[in-house]
Amino acid sequence: MNASLINYTLHLADNALTIGHRNSEWCGHGPVLEQDIAISNIALDGIGQARNFYQYAASLSGNGATEDTLAYLRDVIDYKNLLITELPNGDWAQTTLRQFLFSTYQYFFYQQLEKSTDRQLAAIAEKSLKEVTYHVRWSSEWVIRLGDGTEESHKRLSNAVTELWNYTGELFIPASYEKELIATGIAVDLSVIQPLWQQKVSNVFSEATIAIPDKSFAQQGGKEGIHTEHLGYILAEMQFLQRAYPGAEW
Amino acid sequence: MISFCTFTIQIMGMEKDMEQLFQEKIDKEIRIEPKDWMPEKYRQTLIRQISQHAHSEIVGMLPEGNWITRAPNLRRKAILLAKVQDEAGHGLYLYSAAETLGISRDEMYEQLHSGKAKYSSIFNYPTLSWADMGAIGWLVDGAAIMNQVPLCRSSFGPYARAMVRVCKEESFHQRQGFEILLTLSRGTEAQRRMAQDSINRWWWPSIMMFGPKDDESPNTIQSMKWKIKRFTNDELRQKFVDICAEQIKILNLTIPDPDLKWNEEKGHYDFGAINWDEFWQVIAGNGPCNKQRLDARKKAWEEGAWVREAATAHAAKRAQRLAEKRA
Ligand SMILES: [Fe+2]
Ligand SMILES: [Fe+2]
Ligand SMILES: [Fe+2]
Repeated sequence: MNASLINYTLHLADNALTIGHRNSEWCGHGPVLEQDIAISNIALDGIGQARNFYQYAASLSGNGATEDTLAYLRDVIDYKNLLITELPNGDWAQTTLRQFLFSTYQYFFYQQLEKSTDRQLAAIAEKSLKEVTYHVRWSSEWVIRLGDGTEESHKRLSNAVTELWNYTGELFIPASYEKELIATGIAVDLSVIQPLWQQKVSNVFSEATIAIPDKSFAQQGGKEGIHTEHLGYILAEMQFLQRAYPGAEW
Repeated sequence: MISFCTFTIQIMGMEKDMEQLFQEKIDKEIRIEPKDWMPEKYRQTLIRQISQHAHSEIVGMLPEGNWITRAPNLRRKAILLAKVQDEAGHGLYLYSAAETLGISRDEMYEQLHSGKAKYSSIFNYPTLSWADMGAIGWLVDGAAIMNQVPLCRSSFGPYARAMVRVCKEESFHQRQGFEILLTLSRGTEAQRRMAQDSINRWWWPSIMMFGPKDDESPNTIQSMKWKIKRFTNDELRQKFVDICAEQIKILNLTIPDPDLKWNEEKGHYDFGAINWDEFWQVIAGNGPCNKQRLDARKKAWEEGAWVREAATAHAAKRAQRLAEKRA
């Protein structure tokens, strides 16, 4: 039970950190100065949420674990984020679409997690929900703008849909550690949020004049530690100093 | 013919009165606002100075952005990201201030990308280690504050107001930089070495941030008369050296200048000769990262073109649909 709760909390932390890390790669390189600020802000929210979850996971783990040992000293096999969060940013269409798909998921997810029987998780969800509400608004506006913008932006957004769609199935497949927590009311029942997510995505896609792919195959494994090749490079970069100078204070 | 001549003379006479009036306002510390009359040269000087400052904020995001994905822990990662994001915000305030003088942000970008407009040379140096995040905060943001606090009293209202907001955040940047170095200086041998190396590389370029010596800074006199500038380059540089020479003691590291010595008589620190050749070389485009920085800015701008076009196209479509609905 405790092991599952730790894994589940790490899963939530890893999601927030990997997407935050990816978004932070835009800082200084955005297409418009205002949007550079916006995406950096979203990145910061992700890192902030990750810290809350890691701190909780560390307190559950004991053994001298801290938010940083959890983020910086675990390898790919122990990371439990959804695959979609670790994919490269691609262009602005892919980044904003990924944000929309993920933030919409997070929005309904945190709404449920607020009711978790685990008070700490519920509190973090409540705090994060305000931020995510903004992320959904910002990213859905971009999806609509790009879908219903120019021919080129429409094409780029369509390509992004093709690129990302197979990674959305995993959002709703519970991991082994998740299942028992759903039964006890700690974890979110993913089958409850799936139709809400589908409805919202279909509304925004229709405004963006973009079709939802009728066929899809769910790429999965991230929640259980089986990742794409990309995560290894994220960690190699992110963990460099902690690995090169073991035990140092920064 | 005759009447034309009198007319011209009258206009010129008026211009002179206006200029006198303008200077009187400046002398009385009355802020100049965008709609007020101002000498063309004042306007041009300000456009150059403010846009150059804005470009510095934006280009300045690159060397530090280089370490966001490698920050050593989550707290540092969040602080660094927030800091670099602040710089984008500074760029935004400053571009807006410059726009009140009748130039568009796109025009300013064009001047940056073509090399016509300059930005602070300090950002043409590379960030090679984590300690550079400390040295940049302590020295580069520190020098920026020294330069910018007096600008909060700039005679041009929008610039002065932008600088008040900027300066508040810069002092936080400076503190976090010093704190990074302090942590490193109390850390392992490898960390101390990292910190010292970083100070070695950033010290002299930071000293050069105050610009050429006063006797080689021809615009200073006019700028001071217009209260766009309140202290000379050398005055500010001396102040900065005096402060750093004290702060380095807390770090228990060294400033790479064997001639740095307290001068009892002057009440200031003496310091060694600045390598002005390097300064002019970097300005001329031969710094280690000039090309890399400008290429990165141009790449972001060019790759963002389709995004900006899409946003414009979508806004037009929306406006049209709204108009149709109303009709
Ligand atoms: Fe700044
Ligand atoms: Fe600045
Ligand atoms: Fe700064």
